[in-house]
Amino acid sequence: MTANKRYFRRLSGYYAWFCVCFAGFLLALTVLEKEGMPRLWIGHLFMFATIVLYATIGVVSRTSNVTEYYVAGRRVPALFNGMATAADWISAASFISLAGGLYLYGFDALAYIMGWTGGYCLVALLIAPYLRKFGQYTIPDYLAARYGGGAGGRGGPVRALAVGATIIVSFVYVVAQIYAVGLIASRFTGVDFSVGIFLGLASILVCSFLGGMRGITWTQVAQYIIILVAFLIPTMWLSVKHADNPLPQVAYGSVLPKLAQREAQLAADPREEAVRAQFRRQADDYAARLAALPGSWEQGRLEAQRRLDAARLRNGSLADVRNAERALAAYPKTIDDADTLWRAQRARLLARAQPPQPHAAPFPGATEAESNARRNNFLALVFCLMFGTAALPHILMRSYTTPSVHEARGSVFWTLFFILLIYLSIPALAVLAKYDIYTSLVGSDFRSLPTWISYWANVDKVNPLISVIDINGDGLVQLAEIAIDGDVLVLATPEIGGLPYVISGLVAAGGLAAALSTADGLLLAISNALSHDVYYKIVDPNASTQKRVTISKLLLLAVAFIAAYAASQKPADILSLVGAAFSLAASTLFAPLVLGVFWKRGNHAGAIAGMVIGFLTCLYYMLRTNPMLGGRMDAAWFDIAPMSAGIFGVPAGIAAVVLVSLLTAPPSRASDGLVDYIRAPE
Amino acid sequence: MPPESAPPSDLDLRRQRLLLAERALHWRRTRRMTAILMGLWLLTGFCTVYFARELARITVFGWPLSFYMAAQGASLVCLAIIGFYAWRMRRLDAAYSRALEQSA
Repeated sequence: MTANKRYFRRLSGYYAWFCVCFAGFLLALTVLEKEGMPRLWIGHLFMFATIVLYATIGVVSRTSNVTEYYVAGRRVPALFNGMATAADWISAASFISLAGGLYLYGFDALAYIMGWTGGYCLVALLIAPYLRKFGQYTIPDYLAARYGGGAGGRGGPVRALAVGATIIVSFVYVVAQIYAVGLIASRFTGVDFSVGIFLGLASILVCSFLGGMRGITWTQVAQYIIILVAFLIPTMWLSVKHADNPLPQVAYGSVLPKLAQREAQLAADPREEAVRAQFRRQADDYAARLAALPGSWEQGRLEAQRRLDAARLRNGSLADVRNAERALAAYPKTIDDADTLWRAQRARLLARAQPPQPHAAPFPGATEAESNARRNNFLALVFCLMFGTAALPHILMRSYTTPSVHEARGSVFWTLFFILLIYLSIPALAVLAKYDIYTSLVGSDFRSLPTWISYWANVDKVNPLISVIDINGDGLVQLAEIAIDGDVLVLATPEIGGLPYVISGLVAAGGLAAALSTADGLLLAISNALSHDVYYKIVDPNASTQKRVTISKLLLLAVAFIAAYAASQKPADILSLVGAAFSLAASTLFAPLVLGVFWKRGNHAGAIAGMVIGFLTCLYYMLRTNPMLGGRMDAAWFDIAPMSAGIFGVPAGIAAVVLVSLLTAPPSRASDGLVDYIRAPE
Repeated sequence: MPPESAPPSDLDLRRQRLLLAERALHWRRTRRMTAILMGLWLLTGFCTVYFARELARITVFGWPLSFYMAAQGASLVCLAIIGFYAWRMRRLDAAYSRALEQSA
């Protein structure tokens, strides 16, 4: 006990020093910026300094001991384990995209906040303490021991299925994280996207390759501190600016009514209506062209060609010719292409022709049925995110690293506590930033646009993160003239609030930390599943501990490079599947995990049936409804979006475990004994 | 541990039975508490969403109630549930080891 306390004190000391040094670093950079250090250097310094920091922690906590490598020696105190799990949990999507999502979609996006926090109730009450009591290394370990079966009753088939699920879910997720690393690095330091990916990869590898779970745990604690500071400083600043209260979580309550007032005002503004009418006319234009296919496609192509010829003939300026050439090159190549493209354009224009929706109004809809469909989708998404949280291997794996069952329960509490420190201020940031943009940007003169708009508009030339174009030509900014990508909100918040560039660098470092920490945990989950569950438990059970750790490190390296390669291909389809990872994890793993503890009668055949049927149900629904996978939304059941397929997969999985278990022989005495042992207190 | 050939004494049998009874009691209590807390969790989550349109008419310190619950309230209730569970389980575990010690 005293040894544990001493260890806790020592760790607290280290991290207190880290915080002091970090504050010093920020102050030094602020002074340097005042002295005229260029922005690019600040971006480089942040990238470089944080990556060196993570690498140093990785080198310091290098290990080749099995328990240290897989579960950090099972002695991480609850508080620190909670902090590390929170960093593991807060991905690039939470840090960068969530506030933007709330800005764009208002109440609907709160499903993510509810789902990603509510899931921890399931983790804490149904899974974590029991996994800790079981006390092995991976999730497939537990499922194989509990359900047995296969050759020699070692649970080979169950283990193989669980490994498969772990790898599919984690791989999709890790590709998205590495993609985000590349994006942030390229936006803030100006390096090429692929170079950014491999820079990030280097820092991921140094700490997880050398130190395994031990290395990433201590790195993630440091990363959490950076994420927290990076998120809170700009949010608190905006909060002081608009509500005279430095606590954004409390202060935005007073801004919300003002925002609602402003929204109503803008919805009725005749200038706004004029811009929206223009979008409607353009959309109607596309509708007419769509109706006149294929003739309109032919005509449009000739028209584009004629414009190019005309520009060349009259010796137009180089820019004119370029533009005409570009227009011709971008013209849809076939009639089918034209159909898809124009439909998308029309939908985009129609969306922009809508008046702003009230931020805090739940499920607005033209009809009762439409509104109900939105509510049901909200519920389904919350359900999938919650159950998915309780089935993600890289989070559950964390229950093994605490010293005792008590600490495992405490650790989940601290995890949610540290997540909430950030998550409770995300809705606040969205409201504050929205109010700022609606009041100070909307209505301002086009000649005096703030500099951050032109900066962020030029970062990504192909898909501009923000564009403000004077559509009705009155020289004033209308809300309908602003097109903003959700991702830019958090990254640009410091500039929106008028903070020095150091804070922008800090936010980038925070986004990087969020992506890297999640990628670390996921890579370790994959390589552990491969090395421990496949290699050690199935291929070569006599491998020495030294060999196991070495194999694990090599596999980590291989998986990391495959993931980085996949991310460098900018796979749009994989990125859109990230949300689906939650549904897949929930449908496949939740039923066997929870029923394994709470239902003794569940047996080997039931577990296999549950995993297979849960997975297939979920996959089937996605293929049926996701347009990117060749499905159609018309085929949806109860209007549920493909991303929330888990709402059908989870019940199917549970039903399959129960039915098949009851139809086959009860499990062995050994599994009864194991369940009794897991349930009993220490 | 007595050698396996020796018949188990009365005392051992009694202790074995007691251990099993205590374990069963502990598990019943755990299960009941888990069920109650899960019910509370389901209620907050589900009601917040399902009745969001009705709750939006009630305003608390500037927030429409449904917006506040979805943005912060439900998450805070979750945190409270997990905190209560950890604290209560610690008490239950302590009661279990006390009962075993008293019988020894």
